This record gives sequence, C-alpha cells and structure tokens, in this order.
Amino acid sequence: MSAHTIVNLPDQRTATMPKRNYINNEDGILSWLFTGDHKRIAMLYLVSITFFFFIGGAFAGLIRLELLTPQPDLMASDTYNKFFSMHGIVMIFLFLVPSVPAVLGNFLIPIMLGAKDLAFPKINLLSWYLYWIGGLFTLTALVLGGVDTGWTFTTPLSTHYLNTHVVTAAVGIFIIGFSSIFTGLNFIVTIHRMRAPGMTWFRMPLFIWANYAASILMVLGTPVLAISLVLVALERTIGIGVFDPTKGGDPLLFQHLFWFYSHPAVYIMILPGMGVISEVISTFSRKRVFGYTAVAFSSVAIALFGFFVWEHHMFIMGVSNYSALVFSLLTMLVAVPSAIKIFNWAFTLQKGSITFETPMLYAFGFIGLFTVGGLTGVFLGALGMDIHLTETYFIVAHFHFVMVGGMLMAFLAGIHFWWPKMTGRMYSESISKLAAIVTFIGFNMTFLPQFILGYLGMPRRYHAYPPEFQVLNVLSTAGATILGVGYMLPLLYLGWSLKYGAIAGDNPWQATGLEWQIQSPPLTENFTEIPVVDHDAYDYEWLEHKTAQEVTTVG
Amino acid sequence: MDNVSVATQPHTHEEHHHVSLPQHRHHFETEEQQREAGTFGMWLFLLTEIMFFGGLFFAYLLYRNWYHDAFVAASNQLSIPLGAANTAVLISSGFFMALGVWAAEVRKKGLLVLFLVITTVLGFIFLGVKYVEYHEKWEKHHIPGAHFDISEFVNPQAYGLKEQPLAPDMAAKTQIFFSLYFAMTGMHALHMIIGIGLLVWLTWRSYRGEFSAGYVAPIEYFGLYWHFVDIVWIFLFPLLYLINRHPGQ
Amino acid sequence: MSQYHDPANVTNPEHAEHHIISPATYIAVFVTLLIFTGITVGAAYIDLGILNPIVALAIACFKAVIVILFFMHVKYQSRLVKLTVAAGFFTFLILITMTLTDYMSRAWGLW
Repeated sequence: MSAHTIVNLPDQRTATMPKRNYINNEDGILSWLFTGDHKRIAMLYLVSITFFFFIGGAFAGLIRLELLTPQPDLMASDTYNKFFSMHGIVMIFLFLVPSVPAVLGNFLIPIMLGAKDLAFPKINLLSWYLYWIGGLFTLTALVLGGVDTGWTFTTPLSTHYLNTHVVTAAVGIFIIGFSSIFTGLNFIVTIHRMRAPGMTWFRMPLFIWANYAASILMVLGTPVLAISLVLVALERTIGIGVFDPTKGGDPLLFQHLFWFYSHPAVYIMILPGMGVISEVISTFSRKRVFGYTAVAFSSVAIALFGFFVWEHHMFIMGVSNYSALVFSLLTMLVAVPSAIKIFNWAFTLQKGSITFETPMLYAFGFIGLFTVGGLTGVFLGALGMDIHLTETYFIVAHFHFVMVGGMLMAFLAGIHFWWPKMTGRMYSESISKLAAIVTFIGFNMTFLPQFILGYLGMPRRYHAYPPEFQVLNVLSTAGATILGVGYMLPLLYLGWSLKYGAIAGDNPWQATGLEWQIQSPPLTENFTEIPVVDHDAYDYEWLEHKTAQEVTTVG
Repeated sequence: MDNVSVATQPHTHEEHHHVSLPQHRHHFETEEQQREAGTFGMWLFLLTEIMFFGGLFFAYLLYRNWYHDAFVAASNQLSIPLGAANTAVLISSGFFMALGVWAAEVRKKGLLVLFLVITTVLGFIFLGVKYVEYHEKWEKHHIPGAHFDISEFVNPQAYGLKEQPLAPDMAAKTQIFFSLYFAMTGMHALHMIIGIGLLVWLTWRSYRGEFSAGYVAPIEYFGLYWHFVDIVWIFLFPLLYLINRHPGQ
Repeated sequence: MSQYHDPANVTNPEHAEHHIISPATYIAVFVTLLIFTGITVGAAYIDLGILNPIVALAIACFKAVIVILFFMHVKYQSRLVKLTVAAGFFTFLILITMTLTDYMSRAWGLW
C-alpha cells in the first residue's frame, strides 16, 4: 500500500466481475420494475432522483441567468415566481429528501446490518412507485403552467391569491410524502429487527444511526405536512376557512403545521449525509470515528431537538414575542449536537493516515461548507439578527450552504465512495478529483456573494434588483455555471465507468463495513451465509487480520 | 382475565427448527422475527396516522378556544342519539374485530368469517348513520361554503331552539366548526371506507381458509388499523358532539 | 446463531411472547367501553364548568388506553412496541404544547 493512496484494486489483467450478482441475476426491464431487491430499488431511485436533480438544476440555472442583470429581461415576474417555486419543490421533495436514504440507505442498510433485505421489500418497491406518481403530479403541475407559491405554500397566498396549479402540486407532494414515510418505516423496522447475530446497536456503522434518526423524523413529521396540504387543497377547492382570516381562520396555523414537518425535514435531508461523512472520514483516515457513541447519539439528539425549533421560520410572521424567545433559545440547542459531529470528525482526522481520494475531497467540502452553513444558521436563529436577515439572500445562502454544500456534497461523497460496490467498477480518479474541486470552487463562488447580498439587504424571490447589487450577482451566476459543470462531470465519468471502468474488487478502499466484505456488485441475497459480527464498527485491526484469510464469495 | 399463552407456531421451543410455511419470507431468519417486524411496522404506520389526525385535532383545539360560543351553538346542532348510537356501533365493530383476531389465533375458520362479516356490517351501519347526519346538515345549509347559512345561530328562537342568540360575527364562526366537523369526520369516514374495502378482501381470504392454519398476521395488522380508527372516533365524539349540553350557561 | 434469535429470549426488550387474549377479556373491555360512553354523554349534561372538557377528555383517554392495551394487544407486546406507541403520543403532545406557546401568549391573540 503506497503512502499516498489506499486504493487497492485487484490485478486488472486477471480481475473479473463476479459471474453472478444482483445486476445480472435477472434480465429484462420487468425484472427491474417488479423487483423486491433493495439494491435494485436503490438503483431505480438513483436514476429517478438524478433525473429530477437535473430538472431542478435547470430551473436554478434559469433563475441565475435572470439575475445576471438588474432588469427583468429574461422572463416575466410571474414566470420567475414559478421557476423558483418549481426549483424548490423539485429539489426538496424529489431530490434532497430521498437522495441519501432512498439510494444509499436502501442499498446499504441491509448489507451493513448483515441482513438479506429490508424488512418489507414490497413496501420498498411501493415507495418508489409512489415517488414517481408524486413526481408525475409535480411535473403535470409544471407542464400545465406551474406553481408560484414558493415551495412553502404559504397561506393565504396559496389559498386565495394565486390561480396556478397549487392543488396538483400539493397532491404530488402528499403522495411523495407517503413514499418517504414508507422508506423511513422500512428502515426503522429493519434496523430494529433484522440485525445479524452479534450486530449490537453500538456496533452499527454511524451511517445506520444517522439514517435511523432521519427515519424517525420521516415517520413522525411527514403526516403533519400531509394534513396541512390537505387543508390547503380543501381551502382552495371548497373554502373550508380554516386558514382564511375572513372566516375566522388563522393563516399562521398553516405555517405552524407546515414547519412542524418542514423544519425536521431539513434534518431528514442532512442527517443521512452526516452518516455518509462519518463512514468516509473514518475510511480515509483509517481510524475509528472519534467518540463513536457521541456521534451516534448526536444524530438522535438532532432528530429530537428538530421537533422543538420550527417556529424560527416564523419569527417575523406575527407569532408571539415570548414564544419566539423560547424557540430562539431552543434553536441554539441544535448547534450543540451538530458541533459534536464536526469536532469528532476533526478529531478522527487527527493523527490518522489521511489520504485524499475523491470521496474524501467531497467530505472535506462537506465539513467546511456545512460548518459555514450551520454557523450562519445561528445568526438566523438569533431573534434580532433574524429580523434583519430573514427573507433576504442571506437565508438563501444559508440553506444552500447546508443543503447543497452540505447534503449534495455528502451525497456525491457517498456515491463516489460506494460506486465500486454498487457497480463493481472504478471511475477515473483524476477526473473525479477535478470534479470535486470544481464543485467546491463553483459552490463558493455562487453562494458566498449571496451572504453579502443578503446582508446588504437584497430580498429573495425577486426577479429584479437595484443596479448596485449587480457585481455580486454576476459573480454568483458565474459560480453557478462552474457549479453546473461540476455536477455534469460525475454524470459523464460515472456513466463511462459502467462499461470502461477498472474492475473494483471487493474492497478497493480497505474499509471495514460489512458491505465491503462481500463481492462487488453484491449477490441478490447479499450474503451466502449470514455473518456473525464479533467486532466493533471501524475496527481496522480486525480488517487487517481478516484480509489474511479472506473468503471471497464465488458467483 | 386468564390469558392463555400459546405459541402460534406449530413447533415448540425445544425443537427449534426452521419451519417453511408458505407465508414465511426468505429474508427473515425466523417466522418469529417476521411476525414481530410486521407488528412493529404496523405500529409505526399508526404513528403517522396519529400525527395526521393530530394536525386536525390541534386546529380544533385552537378554534374551539377562540370561538367557544360559536362552537357550543354549532355543536348542539349535532344529534346526540345518532352520535352515541354510532359510537356504540363502532365500539361493537371493534369488539367483533378483536374476536376475529382471537378466532384466527385459535384457528376457528367459521367463527373468524362470521366475526369479520359482523365487523363489516357494523362498519356499514356506521357509515349509513353518518350519511343521515351529513344529509341533515345539507338540508340545514350547515355545509361550509357558498350556501352556508348562519340565521339559525343568529336567531335561534325563530327555529324553535333554546340557544342563546349569537352576534353575527360570532355566528359566522360556526362555519369553522362545521369545516372541522366535516374535515375530521370525513377523514375518519375515509379511513372507514378503506378499512371496509380491506375487510371484504380479508373476509374472502379467511373464507378460503388462509388465516385459520396458524398464519394470523394480516388479520392482526388489520385489527390494529381498525382499532385505531375506533380510537379516533372515541375522541371525536365528545369533542364534536358534547362540548356543552347544559343550556343556560 | 440461535442464541440471538431465541424465541424464548424474554430478556430481549424487542421481544415478547405471543399471547392470545381470551374472549372474556374482550367482553369485559367492550362492556367497559359502552359504560364509559354512557358516562361521557351524561357528564355533558351536567354543568361542571371548566371540568366539563377535562372530564370528557379524561374518559376518552381512558377508553383509548384500554382499547390500545387490550384490543390492540399492547399490554402483551414487547417494550419496543410500547415505547413506539408512547413516542407517537409524545410527538403529538409536542405539536400541541409548542404551538400553544405561540397562541397563548400572542399580544393580538384571541385566547
């Protein structure tokens, strides 16, 4: 093993793909559409969310293009409203929420636990179909003329003042919500009931802990979003008046219900990403994650605290001052478990044998950008600052740092990390490292100027702005172009690697997880024999001793 | 309360070998594991239902406190005999469902089918009574929307009611009560309709003898769902029908 | 391997014996539910002031609890299932109490 890399590919002159694996086990499109195999469903999800990611990305590109100049010259104001709404809806509900859980979680959780499949394979497949039905409703709303409520469907704007396809989009999100609930439910049951012998709670990889915490949020939060959207739809169609001030209703009630889900939803989005980072950091510094128990519990703590802070989205909406004070204090509390994670990753790196493979580069990107995003969140959680900064580009920059800089980086880190396991092929290291760096540079160029713009007072959700903001906006649009290239690159070289990539072998990174001890790509039933776990997670000494008597599964 | 502890598996603990019943899915290690996973999963699904109805219950709590007088007046328009009778019908339905689970566990096919049929019939009776109640609201223009009429609350004497008249702006708030009434009972009825559909299907499968040979999981899981629907009604009934039935206050 | 999947392993908090509840229990619960339905209707006709809604909710909660414990078998389920049920109601209470902090202290509210 060289000092600069731990990549350990088999001898490429003799390396072969396993004869039998989950990809070639059955043939034909129907064998994919009716599969119960968690790995195949994960691949279906991967294709689907990539499709929606580029749709959402196209809207982002158009938004940035319009903001290149202060005048509204590319599109009319209501078109712009529809674009940013669709960007938000597609990216949040169709990409970010399912991204890591439905793709990587689906693929890896059973294998990491030493199980043959998730507890309910049919419900897993159903969740993918529900995802598509919801996605088609959203696309229908888009084709019919779009929605311009923003992704938040804020009442009374969404119920009384707009004549766009709110109900269609709401139905779509309602159905996607079920998809998300079923994924979460499946994970929780699997993690509780399907662990291999010896796989105790504190031997599970941190990726599982993170997904477990996110799943709890999916199960408990999503139905509240569902009911709030049902009420919006009823308000629009028959005018039931629950959110209508003229009939005595309270529009803020909608926001309470909506954010009761949608704040935990940001933890649904970020927690699985944090799980990915724990795996990647540990593997590429070849050290057990520092403070394993603390990191595991911090995931659960984030999930729990996530339910106590939603009102910070409503500080300027007219909620009670005393209540706002309480929620502001509770918001600060979330910073603690998040910081625990960051510090523990840093300590994991300390004195580790760090190498800089592509997943690690993305993970470093995550840590830096998520920290910035998290700290600016503390600004926004502070009552006084929030009044100045909310509804400006500061908040746009904040959540893009957390969601794009954090979650998307983590997703890409995870995809690059587990790609050899999922496909059995290795991508080109040099170009993927380039993509990671391009993404990082493009991201910072896009969103750092937006912090300044927001601080200077440029409001969000407007298609025109005063000329003095142009320089920063041009910088942001230029950065978005680079970012777009950074996202296109993986699509190309990962696609290329499917046919031409080097054979990856079972454990190219020399990682410790159970998923790396089986063939790549895995068998349909994952394990020829259910493993008995007798070591902790991230036990590199165990791996070293094990490699001596490696048993490769024959296909 | 002598609860018998009987293993449903056709094997005892001593001879703990793998049994391959047709319902056993390959990815579960034991059937025990499969059954407990199913129950747990069903409960997690019911958690989502708790939170779904929870949003409605909170809306109710808020507006009941904001517009208490309107809620009292509107609530008194609901029929206690019909509501109480329906509560009894639903509780009975749940009772027969519970007996159905028992019949499946002790493998009595005839009883199982009978209990499921009774459960279904009682479910239909509930929905029938609900229809009568909804129809009455329709005739009285108490359905929220363009035709909603508050005159009965502004001038109850003209309608022969012993209620205190409400000021028009408060009387208008009765519409919120009826909105919530229809949203909550409607959502509940929707769950009943879905449940009855599943019941018919399960009854057919029970008739074919699928659940009287030691495999009771679907009956058990459906029972959990049906009882949950009961529980929602157990809360809806006092909250919607019984806000204040002692006039003169 | 069997030590990890031992059906008799009652020390595992996620595991419980499969109990069959006898019809006698079901009948007792059923009668109790009907009686308390009667009580809750009767209580609504008595003026108890602030206690009216409290009594109504207490009775409803009691009925719900016995349905959950016996009809839904939670009394005989594993601790995991018990905890799950409790977690659901706990989250519902968070929704209510935390939202009420706003409504009860609004300067312009109607509370």
